[in-house]
Amino acid sequence: MQPLPVDNSPLPVGGAGLRELLFRPAGDTALDIFLGDRMDRALSDAVLAMAMRIQAAQMPGVVEAVPAFASLTVHYDPLVVSYEVLATRVRSLGHMPAASTPPRRWRVPVCYEGTGAPDLDHVAASVGLSRAEVITRHEAQSYHVYMLGFLPGFPYMGDLPTELRLPRRGSPRVAVPAGSVAIANAMTAVYPLNSPGGWHIIGVTPVQLFDPSRRSPSLFAPGDVVCFEAVTAFELGRLEYYAERGQWSLQPEPMDRSRIP
Amino acid sequence: MTAALRIIEPGLMTTVQDLGRPRFQSLGVPVSGALDTTALRAANIVVGNGQGTAAIEMMMLGPSIEVAADSVLVALAGAGAALDVSSSDGRRTIPTLRSVRLTRGDRVRCVGLDQAGVAYLAVGGGFDLAPVLGSRSTYVRAGLGGVDGRAIRVGDVLPLNELDAAKGVEGTGRGLDLARPSVLRVLAGEDGIDFSAEAVATFLGGRFVVSASADRMGLRLDGLRFDRAGAGEGLSEAIAPGAIQVPPDGQPILLRADRQTVGGYPRIAHVISADIPAAGRLRPGDAIRFAAVGLAEAVAARASLEQAIAQFGVRIDNRKGTPEIDDAALMAENLVSGVSMGDES
Repeated sequence: MQPLPVDNSPLPVGGAGLRELLFRPAGDTALDIFLGDRMDRALSDAVLAMAMRIQAAQMPGVVEAVPAFASLTVHYDPLVVSYEVLATRVRSLGHMPAASTPPRRWRVPVCYEGTGAPDLDHVAASVGLSRAEVITRHEAQSYHVYMLGFLPGFPYMGDLPTELRLPRRGSPRVAVPAGSVAIANAMTAVYPLNSPGGWHIIGVTPVQLFDPSRRSPSLFAPGDVVCFEAVTAFELGRLEYYAERGQWSLQPEPMDRSRIP
Repeated sequence: MTAALRIIEPGLMTTVQDLGRPRFQSLGVPVSGALDTTALRAANIVVGNGQGTAAIEMMMLGPSIEVAADSVLVALAGAGAALDVSSSDGRRTIPTLRSVRLTRGDRVRCVGLDQAGVAYLAVGGGFDLAPVLGSRSTYVRAGLGGVDGRAIRVGDVLPLNELDAAKGVEGTGRGLDLARPSVLRVLAGEDGIDFSAEAVATFLGGRFVVSASADRMGLRLDGLRFDRAGAGEGLSEAIAPGAIQVPPDGQPILLRADRQTVGGYPRIAHVISADIPAAGRLRPGDAIRFAAVGLAEAVAARASLEQAIAQFGVRIDNRKGTPEIDDAALMAENLVSGVSMGDES
C-alpha cells in the first residue's frame, strides 16, 4: 500500500491535551482528524472550533463536519474534492479556539424521585453516598456538551464529578423512556427518545431534547453548558403538562421566567 | 380522485427510502437511506424520476400492493426480482428494471427477492410523503421519515404525487449489475491503524459469512474473531460509511445505512463507497471476503460506478404487448459496471 502524499508533519499546537494533528482517511468519503486521544475540555474546544471553521468555509464537496471528543470527521464527496486537497485546506484553517461568543447555558429541571429514577439507590450504594448526596453532586456541576450521538440529539455531557463515576450497567435495559437523565463513567446524558440503554438512570426531565419539526431539531449543540436543577414530582407533572401542549419549552439562560405558566 | 398505493401485505422489512439525510450527523441523526443506492437510482431512472426520489425498499419477502390511482408507472429493481401483476385481463410477470403501467384495482406482488437481497419499487412521480430533515427515508429507531417513521404495515395508503401516469412511458433498463457480491473492496491499512498489520492481513485473508444478525444498521460477520489488544478503545469517534468495526467480542460488524453517527469500537477497514451499494444486498448466510485497494483506486471505482449509472439506458417499450425480456440475458450482458462482484479483483 502506498503512503498517502499528505503532509502529516506536526503543527504547532498548544493547550492541555492538544497534540499534533493527525489526518487519516476513513474510507474514501471521510477524513478523520485527531487532535488528541483523551477527553479534555480544551481539546473539545479545539475540536468544536475546527468544526465550526470547516462548516463556515463552505468548501466544495464537504458534506458535514462531525465533532467527537478528541477528533473530527469531515464527510465529503470524493468526486468533487480529493482527500489530499481537502486535508490541505482543512489544515490551513487551523484549529485554535477563536475568541467566540460565550456558550449557551441551559438549566434543565430534573425530578430525581420515584419511578423516573430507578437506579438512584443502586448508584448511591455503589459510590457510598446517600441519595441526597448523589443528587447534590449531580446538580452542582456545569456540564460541557462534548458531542451528540448514539441517538438523534443524545448529548454526551461531562465531566461527571469523580465520586459519581460508575461503569455502565452490566446488562443494558431494553427500554429507557425519553427524558431519562442518566450517568455512566465520566458522562451524564438525557435520552431524547425511548430506546435501549445501558446507563444508570437517576432522574427524569420534561424537556424535549429532539424534535425534527423544530428549526434546530436538537435542543443542545456541542459546546453548550448544561446544569441540572432538582424539581418535585408535582413540578415535573406541571411542566410535562405544559410541554405537551406546546406552552412550555426550555429556553437558554438567562431563563425567561415569564414564559413559564 | 386521489392517487395512492394500498398495502395488502407489508412483507418483512419494507420501508420508504431515498438517498438519506447526510447533513445532520453532527446532531446524532443517522444518514439512513437506501441500503443499495444503485438499485434505488436505477428503479427511479426506469420510471423517469430523479434518481434520489423516495421508493419502497424491501428485503427477503416483498409487499403486495393494490393500485388506488387511475394509472401509475412502477418498476422494481433487484437482481432476479419481479413484479407479479394481477389485473382484470390476467396475470403478468414483469422483470427487474422494467417499468409497467398499472391501473386502478391492479394488484402487484414483489417476488423473487431471494436473489436480490434488497429491492426497490419506484413509482413515477414519487410518493406524496413529507420530508423530515430533508429526506423521506425511514429511520425506525427514532421514528423519522417514511410512513409515520415506521416500517410499512398492512392497510397503509401511500399517496402518490401524480394522479395518473399520463406522462409515463414503459421501458426497460439495461447495463447495471445488481448481483449480490462475494468480494467487497476495502480501504484497510491506510485507515485501519486501530489494528496491527498482522490483524489487517488476517482480515484480508479471511472468509466470512453474514450471520443472522443482519439489518439496516449492520451485518455481523462470522468466521474470524479479532484480538483488539492495542486497538484504540473507548473514546468515541464519528463513524464513516462502510466502516467495519470490531466490538469487544472480536466479531466484525459491517455498518450499513442506519449506523449510528458516532461510536467507540475500533475499525479494521472501510468498504469503499463504490461497493457500499453491493454491501447493502448482503443477507444472512452469504459468504464474503474483502480485498484491499488504495484510496486512488477507490475513488476511480466510485467514478466508474457513477459513469455506469449515468450511462444506464432505458429502452422504450413502445409496442403494446412487447415480449417479456429475458432477465438472465440482460444480466449476462453486464455492459458496464464499476462494482466488483466476482473474484476478479
